[in-house]
Amino acid sequence: MAFEELGINAAPLPGAMPAFHARIDASELHAMCEKARSQKARLVTLWGSDETTRGGGYALHLALAFPSGLLWLSVPLDRGHPHYPGIANIYPSADRMQRAAYDLVGIHAQENPDHRKWLRHGAWPGGVFPLRKDFDIANCFPPAEDHYPFIKVEGEGVHEIPVGPVHAGTIEPGHFRFTVVGEKILRLEERFGYKHKGIEKRFETMTLEEGARLAGRISGDSTVAYAWAYAMAVEGATGGTEPPRRALALRGILLELERVANHLGDIGYLGNDVALSFGFFQFWRLKEDLLRLNSQLFGHRYLMDMIVPGGVARDLSKREADLLLDRLEKVRGEVATLKSIYDEHAGAQDRFIMTGQVLPELAEKMGLTGFAGRASGIRHDLRVDYSIPPYQQLKVQLASHTRGDVAARVSVRFDELAESIRLIQALVQQLPSGDIRVPLVDAVSGRCGVGWVEGWRGEILIALEAGENHRIHRCHAHDPSWQNWPALQHAVIGNIVPDFPLINKSFNLSYSGHDL
Amino acid sequence: MYQLLKQIAKTGIKTEEAPLADETLRVLQQRLQEGILKHLGRALAIRHVDAGSCNGCELEIHATNSPYYNLERLGIKFVASPRHADMLLVTGPVSRHMETALKRTYEATPDPKLVVAIGDCGCDGGIFGESYASCGRVANVIPVDVAVPGCPPTPLAIMQGILAAIKSQS
Ligand code: SF4
Repeated sequence: MAFEELGINAAPLPGAMPAFHARIDASELHAMCEKARSQKARLVTLWGSDETTRGGGYALHLALAFPSGLLWLSVPLDRGHPHYPGIANIYPSADRMQRAAYDLVGIHAQENPDHRKWLRHGAWPGGVFPLRKDFDIANCFPPAEDHYPFIKVEGEGVHEIPVGPVHAGTIEPGHFRFTVVGEKILRLEERFGYKHKGIEKRFETMTLEEGARLAGRISGDSTVAYAWAYAMAVEGATGGTEPPRRALALRGILLELERVANHLGDIGYLGNDVALSFGFFQFWRLKEDLLRLNSQLFGHRYLMDMIVPGGVARDLSKREADLLLDRLEKVRGEVATLKSIYDEHAGAQDRFIMTGQVLPELAEKMGLTGFAGRASGIRHDLRVDYSIPPYQQLKVQLASHTRGDVAARVSVRFDELAESIRLIQALVQQLPSGDIRVPLVDAVSGRCGVGWVEGWRGEILIALEAGENHRIHRCHAHDPSWQNWPALQHAVIGNIVPDFPLINKSFNLSYSGHDL
Repeated sequence: MYQLLKQIAKTGIKTEEAPLADETLRVLQQRLQEGILKHLGRALAIRHVDAGSCNGCELEIHATNSPYYNLERLGIKFVASPRHADMLLVTGPVSRHMETALKRTYEATPDPKLVVAIGDCGCDGGIFGESYASCGRVANVIPVDVAVPGCPPTPLAIMQGILAAIKSQS
């Protein structure tokens, strides 16, 4: 069928989210992206694949978000010279993704201003590409030095502060290179890839069912969102396996519980970062109560492995549902009290307001996503934009702000916390009866499926292609941190170094989800 | 301010009783002498190193500082530098890109030092296993005294592991 926005033919993909797949030629790529951008389509993700075992060469893939749904574009690339015109000049967030696609698959973005490696450090040599089909996952190379040319800034009184990969707190590893004058940050350059542990290659050793556990461990704090996205992708790739309505409602409950737990924890830490340790203790008490409730109701504090392809792994009894309603009502009341304390705390607000700002125009350019995007005027939320079950009848309220500072992100988090509690309560009250899981239809090799879920941090996407015998040919996982990490580099400019932890925490981005 | 104080008074003390050491988590014989253990047991400084986790284990390490577990009241504190640490708490399979950083952190930690590996990944590589990108379990890279399984292990299990590492075996 015609995909009107770009005037091309695209096949609708089976599955819950409105999604379409089309093949285009590399020569059309630039014009197509220009056109998409002019229509305000967002770049969700970009990745590469090896099609040589299927008689092809390599392929570049991108996922663009249009109001009518997700468009998955595949661009076949020549086996001998897999290159394509880079699109980072149209979508700046493509830069790092293109570099990662080169490191892993060996497809080359021409005309990209930055040709440095990105995910590769010293674990495998340049010119070797782990996601190629002829690369064995067990292939180990002697560790090599990681030479990475950081960009130098010079001037009077300018100096550099390198931080990481091992940080001063319980934080994931990454490297931040600050250029400062006195206390003021002139520039920040990030370097990631420390946590790369071969997740996408590992998927290719698994069956569609086995992949669910791995998907739930791409970024532990978003395990529910990833598990759901993965399940949705498998359901699509198996020709539209439809999970029962009860399972979908339970998935909604699980996803919103994850959102609540993360916002509680982060809002507490943000208090701590501005010397309001009261906030930390109060919010972490509430978070712990919730984790214990999760464990009691679902058998896991972070709800890992609850969402499975075809449905969910565990049901909620009437008595358990009542308990959940009762506890959430209490959390709602407590959060309201704590919010008024935060709002009126001059010391905290003074540190929050105008700190780490990303203005709407920059946010739009960088493709800022998730709650951080919404705090900078980007009015997108998959639960609102494409209201599919179980969100259909719930009229999810989009939280937003335009100042784009720490205070705005705190405010949006508070709003989303309250809204998630309302959603869980509504879902529990209207829980449909019936099964919680259906068997998967057999996958046909070569079939694609997409999972696209608004996790607490932002939109998570899983693009899946089935291989022979119910196995995974390629599974690409995208974390919203890919878009938001580069924006953090801008958010800190002009701020003082001691405010970096606060600004960083207000985004709380994933390293593991990014490094794969 | 009044509201804040009222909330503190209303909340009361939430800290629960501390767990006991879990000796079964020990993988290496106790290497430290009684005298040292006695000191460590009262003021233990821990440096956490994420060597490649999915960040799930970090969530539970954070939770050990929540008011319910309140690890600090046992004299156990997280510190910012390995040079101040008595113990490394290591999460994740060790990604090959973190192998050097982990070894360097271990070397920078003054003797006598202890290592506790956290989570299924720390114990045996977990779902990520060994590959071109992952060295697998922590013990493949540095010596490990105690390993705490779980995906992720609960805050109580983490505390039991830490306590086992500083408990004398005699
Ligand atoms: S043990 Fe589980 S929670 Fe911990 S890092 Fe491994 S996968 Fe994540």
